[in-house]
Amino acid sequence: MNKKPLAENQMLLTILASVISIAAGLIFGSVLLMILNPAKAGIGISAMLTTGFSSMDQFGKVLYQSAPLMLCGLSVGFAFKTGMFNIGATGQYTIGAFLALVGAIAFQLPWWACLLLSLIGGAVWGIFPGLFKALFNVNEVITSIMFNWIGMFLVNLLLANMPIMLASAWGASNSDRTANLAQANPGAVIPKGGLDALFGNSSWINISVFIAIIFAVICWFILEKTTFGYELKACGYNKESARYAGINANRNIVSSMIIAGALSGLGGGLYYLAGTIQYVLEKKTLAMGFNGIPVALLANSNPIGTIFSSLFISYIQVGGSAMQPNFSSESTDIIIAVIIYLAAFALLMKGVIQRFLESKIARKSDPGAGETKNDTSGDATNAASGAAAEDAAADEADDPEDVAAGPESGAAEDAGEVEK
Amino acid sequence: MTVAEDFVIEMLHITKVFPGIKANDDITLQLKRGEIHALLGENGAGKSTLMSVLFGLYQAEQGTIKKDGKEVQIKDPNDANRLGIGMVHQHFKLVECFSVLDNIILGVEDTKHGFLQKDEARKKVMALSEKYGLRVEPDALVSDISVGMQQRVEILKMLYRDNEILIFDEPTAVLTPQEIKELMEIMRGFKAEGKSILFITHKLSEIMAVADRCSVLRKGKYIGTVDIADTTREELSRMMVGRDVEFEIDKKSKNVGDVILSVKDMVVASKAHNNNAVKGVSFDVHAGEIVCIAGIEGNGQTELVYGLTGLEPLKSGTIELCGRDITHATIRERSKAGMSHIPEDRHKHGLVLDYTLEQNLVLQRYWEPRFQNHGIIKSAEVRTYAEGLIEKFDVRSGQGPVTTARSMSGGNQQKAIIAREIDKDPQLLIAVQPTRGLDVGAIEYIHNQLIEERDKGRAVLLISLELDEVRSLSDRILVIYEGEIVGDFDSVAMEELGLYMAGAKRKDRKEAAS
Repeated sequence: MNKKPLAENQMLLTILASVISIAAGLIFGSVLLMILNPAKAGIGISAMLTTGFSSMDQFGKVLYQSAPLMLCGLSVGFAFKTGMFNIGATGQYTIGAFLALVGAIAFQLPWWACLLLSLIGGAVWGIFPGLFKALFNVNEVITSIMFNWIGMFLVNLLLANMPIMLASAWGASNSDRTANLAQANPGAVIPKGGLDALFGNSSWINISVFIAIIFAVICWFILEKTTFGYELKACGYNKESARYAGINANRNIVSSMIIAGALSGLGGGLYYLAGTIQYVLEKKTLAMGFNGIPVALLANSNPIGTIFSSLFISYIQVGGSAMQPNFSSESTDIIIAVIIYLAAFALLMKGVIQRFLESKIARKSDPGAGETKNDTSGDATNAASGAAAEDAAADEADDPEDVAAGPESGAAEDAGEVEK
Repeated sequence: MTVAEDFVIEMLHITKVFPGIKANDDITLQLKRGEIHALLGENGAGKSTLMSVLFGLYQAEQGTIKKDGKEVQIKDPNDANRLGIGMVHQHFKLVECFSVLDNIILGVEDTKHGFLQKDEARKKVMALSEKYGLRVEPDALVSDISVGMQQRVEILKMLYRDNEILIFDEPTAVLTPQEIKELMEIMRGFKAEGKSILFITHKLSEIMAVADRCSVLRKGKYIGTVDIADTTREELSRMMVGRDVEFEIDKKSKNVGDVILSVKDMVVASKAHNNNAVKGVSFDVHAGEIVCIAGIEGNGQTELVYGLTGLEPLKSGTIELCGRDITHATIRERSKAGMSHIPEDRHKHGLVLDYTLEQNLVLQRYWEPRFQNHGIIKSAEVRTYAEGLIEKFDVRSGQGPVTTARSMSGGNQQKAIIAREIDKDPQLLIAVQPTRGLDVGAIEYIHNQLIEERDKGRAVLLISLELDEVRSLSDRILVIYEGEIVGDFDSVAMEELGLYMAGAKRKDRKEAAS
């Protein structure tokens, strides 16, 4: 009797919907693989699905890549909660990475100080779209996209003019990328915290994923438990009623963008301070920040959900790169995109499941409907009529069959279309 | 059922279930040919759901609809229209930038080689307009005409489509007393023509005036149908609410204290148009009185309140609250200084709909030390406080404090706002149309709360479009017309008030003050 019917258990529904959506994405991705390269499709699918767990080394890579993804996802999600679309995560990420590397190579700072710098760099890059929005009501999407490009070219320009930053200054021959941290400043490499032993000497693994998770919990705490988060979310849900309640919406817009920027920036720091990747001077913006968008969407902007969605996407990406020889990187990107895309239908799927269950309940709770039997309907009926409809008084004037014939008038005529 | 009865529409044993609630539970509604049939019920009683079923917007799980004794399927509004069912929605469905004529023919335009043929349509519209006394200007833009005329356009739309079953969804909510009278006449004209009318309303006086029969719904259940000739207001309200309702509010004589709010020469710009919406308004509100600003919608009330509460800056003028100049104070400062605001639009301003009830109940005071410690919300305290308010103000919801505000009924949303604003213990309570769209039970409750605040010695500024409300609550009435106060009365006859509201009469300030 007290069992909560499935249609009302939101948590379970959400999880179920996500699982179904992800499964649909994987199936659709497999179909694509079969079309692209039927002979190797089997290998491709198994590479995509199993690589992440195939060895501790690969699993370490999943965790390592998930950390910056998680932070970019948190960044986008945090801004979303405040009603802002932070499409500038990649710019903030780039600036964060740059400052972390400058701290590590040019100033020989320890890893934690470098991470702090990346946090600050991202925050500074987040301020601008926030300020423009708050002061001049300029759409944050436009400003943050422009700041993505400004950030990227600025970093390229600065690096090209800072010879000490480049690999060529530290004994390597190439000057298109930053120095290898192992040579430049081993103290700036994020410690592995003994995890390398656990992960079979994986070159990827370090404590970054735990740092990211800590920040996810902090975000959750801010949003759910503090007055600051209460104000931020109020602005995001309904700016007008936030204003009505005396909340300074503009200040919150800027604060939220600073925090979002700091998160992305830290993501950049975590990725490049691992010591396994060097920053390459490129002419396109980094994908990591943009990948934060599906991570956040998949998690419905929930910080805790972001932990899992970033792990999932990281897992798929690691699997995708293992498909490389048989499938071009473009086609693996397409397949990854398809999977993520369908996974993002979770919300839609939830609605579908809910409607399906409700129609079942509705049919069950109709005692007179005939088609279905009533023996199991106890729970459902109870739930359906639950809160509102139990009415003590179906009492007094109950019978209306008291009428005489009204005046006669013409039969129905056809009317035109409906009003819209 | 005897053969003699001539029902044009029968809705038999309609059941419509939404998750967690039976919106319509075995409801039967029979509309006789050529009658005005009122459908009465509180908010959430299932009136709109039932009409949506009839109009094809929802499909009932159970039950049948018969037209002229034959069972019909109404799957969408097109089906309803083909059966001659037309509806005037509470919120008009008109294209603002189209002319009256274009709106009427929209969707059923005659064309020849792809070009509109409006001459025939114009003739037909003018003939209908003549026949039923529905005065409209066919070439005026809808955005330029009055609300009353917009409603006539909606009615002409139904007539133009030769509908013979007319549904009016709370048609009088936006009209002046004169316009309501006219509408009643028009409805009687339709009845004489043999058209059948379903008239949804909360207002008992209108039912008594114009309807032949009335069906009452309560909490999704069918309570009964009565002949208006054999019933009384009291009985109808008892059927609707399930208990006796006081119509005349028991009001103690007022005990006026100091000036709480003093407004001088206030000017507020209009957002929509390039002029001032409030043009140099001055008035005082004292402790222990209810001052009511009466007027037809759109005469500057909204901007007046925005100016008072800080949502819009003043162009000029001053506002003093308890002797303190708050002209340039922020919204939060005004709130701290003792101003409470029950906003006109509870969805736009009053509530964060995606927040839970408890989060909404602390919306004005979450920052107080009582509810937070170094920025961390004391959830337990919020819960206790919310439960207290819910209990005290009888706010009903599915899951208590954690119910999402969006899922609550309009009446309970409003109760939550009132609970929050009154519990702040304000010096000045600004209530803007606090009973809009609510049912008799909730209205009675809210009126009593306002009176209670007044008796506690609070100043209450009530902005209302409802004359009944103005009459029964106010100690003093200010009439606003086109952004100016055109009348200031201690008491006034309703007809007289209507003339002031329509701008036909005005007192100048000196006269008003004397």
